[in-house]
Amino acid sequence: MAVANKPSALERVTSDPVSRRKLLAVTGGSTALAAFLAACGSDSNSTTTMANNGGGKTGTEQFGKGDVGILNYALTLEYLETAFYADVVKSGLFKGSDLETIRKFGSEEVEHVSALTGFVKQMGGTPAPKPKTEFPLKSAKSVLELAATVENLGAAAYLGQAPNIKGASVLAAALSIHSVEGRHAAALNTLLGESITPDGAFAKPAGADEVLKSVEPFIVG
Amino acid sequence: MSDQILAQPELAGVHIDTDSEDISRSEVILKGALAAGAVYGALAVGPFVGRALAMAESGDVGILNFALTLEYLEAAFYKEAKTRAKASGDLKSLIELVGRDEEEHVGALTETIKKLGGKPVAEPKFDFPYSGTSGFLKLAQTFEDTGVSAYNGAAPQIKAKEVLEAAGSIVQVEARHAAAIRLQNKEEPAPEAFDPALPEAKVLKAVEPFIA
Repeated sequence: MAVANKPSALERVTSDPVSRRKLLAVTGGSTALAAFLAACGSDSNSTTTMANNGGGKTGTEQFGKGDVGILNYALTLEYLETAFYADVVKSGLFKGSDLETIRKFGSEEVEHVSALTGFVKQMGGTPAPKPKTEFPLKSAKSVLELAATVENLGAAAYLGQAPNIKGASVLAAALSIHSVEGRHAAALNTLLGESITPDGAFAKPAGADEVLKSVEPFIVG
Repeated sequence: MSDQILAQPELAGVHIDTDSEDISRSEVILKGALAAGAVYGALAVGPFVGRALAMAESGDVGILNFALTLEYLEAAFYKEAKTRAKASGDLKSLIELVGRDEEEHVGALTETIKKLGGKPVAEPKFDFPYSGTSGFLKLAQTFEDTGVSAYNGAAPQIKAKEVLEAAGSIVQVEARHAAAIRLQNKEEPAPEAFDPALPEAKVLKAVEPFIA
């Protein structure tokens, strides 16, 4: 299922930070394109957000090779999300329509776990194990804030890995999950009275290093 | 391919050879249209879709122009909605926010197509038949959900990583819009665990009625 990625001229130019700056200069600094290219990952975190930035490192290698590693990375994040939502439902902090929303999102994350597990096995890999987790559940407000943080980060994580994926069907699967995490994030932001688009018109990707560092506090044992 | 992975399992039988540099855009569209036609019924396309297929360019520029058409539609829709949707409060603010995002998408896609040496499609004239707030909300939900499915359908065929990154960063925002509009509609913000992907021909057919 692997698809050969032959780099186009644009790709060769834009995957290198120095050339990216030159390309930005050449575009005459037009606002829309500059914002657009900047949204693809600023040079300051280009090692984690730009694909194949001179080494082909995705930051997911610890989870496995190539697409299996990326899927297992996603699976790990989905496990975190399912555990979080399960804890929140058990906590009794929410009732009514907010509880329904949380249940629904949790059940969708469970479907993501199931799909990703199956996909890794199908590709001959070993699915990542379910981590032991612990989440702070002090109040409804702080839990909602944590949920929003996790979902916004999850969406950014998928966006960050999309360009690293080699297989077309793996990419299609990742995209079909990515947009759902975006929906979750926007809905939770709305419940908190916050912007549905914290990054503006172009969502920002997050690299694996950044994401894993952010979720580290919740993984115990 | 496992049905639980593919949001559109009926497309599993349509092999789109993304390894080949020679595959033409219209070939890809036709395969998609055939697949869609097989599932959704008669492959009857009107003049707009017919023209779009005839003019279809190959590669990333073609995909970007397809996306640009959709963004033109959304930008025009939200611009009109500022007055026609008769919205107030949160919905009024949302219409302004979403409209601004769609304008930025139009701008970025136009610039990128030009930088890739392509010609951006001309902005079509649109006709959005609805009245009042609930009419607006119904249409808005359809457009946003369809937009997500359109990007998800097209993205795996993109060749350049930069273009894929851009498409990804836009589709996430469309999904955010979709969730917010659905909440205004008192609907589930994320009705499915996996957002469906739609082939280009099906999307063009869906938006054809709104092209004047």
